[in-house]
Amino acid sequence: MADAATPGREELPPPARAWVPYAYLAPALLLYGGFLLVPLGRAVQFSLTDWDGLGESTFIGFDNYVAIVHDERLREAFGHAVVLIFFFSIVPVGLGLVLAALLTRSRVRGLGFFRTVIFLPQVIAMVVVAVTWRQIYAPKGPLNGLLRLVGLDSLARPWLGDYTWTLPAVGLIGSWVSTGLVTVLLMAGMSRISGDLFEAARLDGAGPVREFFAITLPSVRGEIVVALTLTIIAALKTFDLVYVTTSGGPGTSTTVPSYEVYRRAFEVGDVGGAAAVGITLTLVVFAITAVVNRIGDTR
Amino acid sequence: MTVSAFERAMNYVVLTVFALVVLSPIVVVLKLALGPKDAAASRQRTPIHPGNFPEAWKVGRFGEYMVTSLTVAVLVVVVAVSVSILAGYALGTMRFRGANVLLYVFLLGIMVPTEAIVVPLYFDLRSFRLTNTVWGVALPQIAMSIAFGTYWMRTYFRSASRTLIDAARLDGAGSMRILWNILVPIGRPAILTLVLLTFMWTWNEFLIPLVMSPNGTVRTAPLGLAFFQGQYTQGTALLAAGAVIVALPVVVLYVVLQRHFIKGMLDGAVRE
Repeated sequence: MADAATPGREELPPPARAWVPYAYLAPALLLYGGFLLVPLGRAVQFSLTDWDGLGESTFIGFDNYVAIVHDERLREAFGHAVVLIFFFSIVPVGLGLVLAALLTRSRVRGLGFFRTVIFLPQVIAMVVVAVTWRQIYAPKGPLNGLLRLVGLDSLARPWLGDYTWTLPAVGLIGSWVSTGLVTVLLMAGMSRISGDLFEAARLDGAGPVREFFAITLPSVRGEIVVALTLTIIAALKTFDLVYVTTSGGPGTSTTVPSYEVYRRAFEVGDVGGAAAVGITLTLVVFAITAVVNRIGDTR
Repeated sequence: MTVSAFERAMNYVVLTVFALVVLSPIVVVLKLALGPKDAAASRQRTPIHPGNFPEAWKVGRFGEYMVTSLTVAVLVVVVAVSVSILAGYALGTMRFRGANVLLYVFLLGIMVPTEAIVVPLYFDLRSFRLTNTVWGVALPQIAMSIAFGTYWMRTYFRSASRTLIDAARLDGAGSMRILWNILVPIGRPAILTLVLLTFMWTWNEFLIPLVMSPNGTVRTAPLGLAFFQGQYTQGTALLAAGAVIVALPVVVLYVVLQRHFIKGMLDGAVRE
């Protein structure tokens, strides 16, 4: 081969027969193509039609997408998604940074056990999480019980039946789920920072706060990008949590795009509109991932 | 690194408080699950009521739903992982036209939200009479798992020893033999991690089984729990017991093999 002398990873020898790699890829491509790529293409196609799921569908161009901008309920749903991003992503990254920085500054015993505990919410089915928190938020549930116990009776309320408080209450469940993952991710990043850097900073008289902004924060930029990407996508894909805790209510106060996809397609019978919301959601996920990674690369 | 005794003490306080915040909802659900299920049960003198578990199991039909969940999860894990090993092997160790494009095509699938594909999946698989069948619930999840699995296995095969592969090739071993006799046995940890993650994601999945089996013939455990919450409103003890039952298989796996879960989810997240 001409480039057999090139050192490093690219030194892959060509397979004996040219079709061999494609044969290895064929089963994966067939299943992945048939049940993910084709449906994705079909979703684009559906989104350009007006169809109730039963009768004839009519081509209407981009009307379903225009409707997303004009439909009050959908605008609200995307607005709620932004609020959820705050709770699923910004709060955990903020908390995680402080926690991880504290914990990597000194050798703490029992860190392994701690890691296991805080990561636990990640492996519990979201439906189980939702059922549990519904009990916690119930009018006579433990949260209100605790508030009454400490004399804050005025704060007690039906957390999931309140127009103002339900969305933040659902968001807090997301913070509970994400913070452990983010903290463990950031701790892994911080443990790779050379101790010499901190020693040097201390000799220069830097306190813990300056140390954090001058050394720790820039060193884990990559991990922050990953944490933001993961949790923002999780926030945008929140379906089961909303479905089980509130079904978008009370009123429309907690509806989110992913719930609107389900409601439109399978409850209202607006299949074209549902597909358009799904495709828009996909584009938003791609755009946010690209922007977050861009910012992480350049700064 | 040396820090003051005060800071060290503060660290333990922060650790403990944070761990308690994470654990308290879990403690609440366990307490509810072991509590009295109704007024009659609360008049009994026993402090805990483990009988809630078998009763929830029976009333909520969790036995049936767990078998369905297990069937779907085993199908998805076996098909998706084997197919991903083959695809990852090609992408990680062979040079061919279109390799890069194909890698990006698989990466795309990791980001596509289920919500985008679930609508056409339902209407198209319905025309093939696949809705309300185990395959109708499993196939979309196989496709989603292949996206991550192929990427994951490619990463492993790229890190696998080049000299080992070359030596085997000089001995006249074909690509199939190199894969199954050398790379798969050495790659057991990476494969086990992929098996665990795929199992967990499939077990916990909600939207696909909800949509793909509208009449409930293929009802998985999480759906059974959501359904139970809607049907059974008399008390919280049995519901909490059901929640524990549904979460338990994955939590047990996690406690035993936590390194794989944590490493897998962190490494899988860090894309190049």
